[in-house]
Amino acid sequence: MPVYSEKVMEHFMNPRNVGEIENPDGVGEVGNPICGDMMTFYIKVKDNRLDDIKFKTFGCGAAIAVSSMVSEMAKGKTLEEAMKITPRSVADELEGLPKQKYHCSNLGAQALNKAIQDYLSKKKKTKGGKG
Amino acid sequence: MRKVYLDHAATTPLLPEVREAMLPYLGEAFGNPSCLHGWGDAAREAMETARAQVAQLIGANAEEVIFTGSGTESNNFAIKGLALAQQNKGKHIVVSAIEHFSVLHSARTLEKWGFELSLVPVDKYGVVDPEDVRKSLKKDTVLVSIMHANGEVGTIEPILEIARITKESNIVFHTDAIATAGIVPVDIKELGVDALSLAGNQFYGPKGVGALWVRKGVRIMPLLDGGIQEGGRRAGTENIPAVVGLGKAAELAKSNMTARIKHLTQLRDRLLSKLPAKIDHVVITGHPQNRLPGNASFCVEFIEGEAMLMLLNSQGVAVTSGSACTSRALKASHVLIAMGLPHALAQGSLLFSFGIDNTSEDVNYVLKVLPPIVDRLRQMSPLYAKFIKAGKGGS
Repeated sequence: MPVYSEKVMEHFMNPRNVGEIENPDGVGEVGNPICGDMMTFYIKVKDNRLDDIKFKTFGCGAAIAVSSMVSEMAKGKTLEEAMKITPRSVADELEGLPKQKYHCSNLGAQALNKAIQDYLSKKKKTKGGKG
Repeated sequence: MRKVYLDHAATTPLLPEVREAMLPYLGEAFGNPSCLHGWGDAAREAMETARAQVAQLIGANAEEVIFTGSGTESNNFAIKGLALAQQNKGKHIVVSAIEHFSVLHSARTLEKWGFELSLVPVDKYGVVDPEDVRKSLKKDTVLVSIMHANGEVGTIEPILEIARITKESNIVFHTDAIATAGIVPVDIKELGVDALSLAGNQFYGPKGVGALWVRKGVRIMPLLDGGIQEGGRRAGTENIPAVVGLGKAAELAKSNMTARIKHLTQLRDRLLSKLPAKIDHVVITGHPQNRLPGNASFCVEFIEGEAMLMLLNSQGVAVTSGSACTSRALKASHVLIAMGLPHALAQGSLLFSFGIDNTSEDVNYVLKVLPPIVDRLRQMSPLYAKFIKAGKGGS
């Protein structure tokens, strides 16, 4: 019996939104190579929506599939909607993850959130600077 | 699609001759070797033939060979049984940091039971320095266990040199020869050990059977209590079909060993010598010369092993990795870490272990499919992106 669901395999074999964005509006980096996984999310925001998302991931099959799924789930959503993406909803969309891989879905949701927080704090600073 | 099995360190296929030898004992010859009637006689005879075959493989006396249910059981039995039998003499044991978990965790269990444990380090190639073993010995040391070779990185250990040291102090010396017995010459006299573990599924025998050789006169406490099977040292009706298979596999291993080693060495060297030209930033792990003939282990920088393993599997190539993600415990291989590899590099570990059915076309196929897989994962890797940027910044 394979360890991963068909959906995980499909995203792992054909990951969406791999890459970097030049001059991104927000960047979120989580994890480190010691624990095995590291994800970097880049976002472009337009009218409070995630206009573009790209990611780079160092990690296992689950980590890559999670990154791909998070990017797909978040793309086009408002920031508020995107921040509601939870590890659970990512795992569900992937038709489940093996128990020892749950932390990968945590990382995915965290990385996206961090990128959004990065965007929001930059925006605040620019506003603050102007004001 | 081409199917290439390169995970012989995990298990080997059963040889057809071995299966043939086993079949009667899964059929009409079902007797219990402890019984005194005709059925029992037939089973006992087959079992004793197998015991002699295993003994011949390692240059031992047949009556000193105990059949077990696996290599893991052999190691558990050796570590716990040899230590417990001597606990009135002392409670200190010594094992290396790169032992298989069946040795390492048995040693940890003994620690919980009141023994003191010393772990001997290894160098960057995974070699134990016999002098470190000497330094670790205490007045109350009763057992030293160092593996003959490490199946993960292939390094062969200086067992004879360590045996000279343990002999001076009259300390029982066990070696886990699961990665070597049936693959390279293993002779208990040449190694100088007092106990040795081996397993059938490492050399084209069946799973679920192993053996522990214990030198006559060395005391061992049984782990399983019950009947007087295996001279009272391991209770439980013997798994006769598997035992017969182990014996046959041992006989074939002994008679074909030279040719097998030559074949495996050629395949291993072909892969390891051609790899650096195909993929940059590859680090070969284990000792460059003193290594198992079929073992090609290395780390690919900036990417993770499980992802490589899965993409190789999608191309029909079966290998294994020591990355944290492939282990259920989510820890990188303790062997690679003990050798001093940085964690990030250890995450990119791959082990290709060759078997007698592999061909040079298999190696060519790997050399064809692996580079694009590495490239694809590196394009995805933030570590690789950082490395490239740093390189550009520096130049």
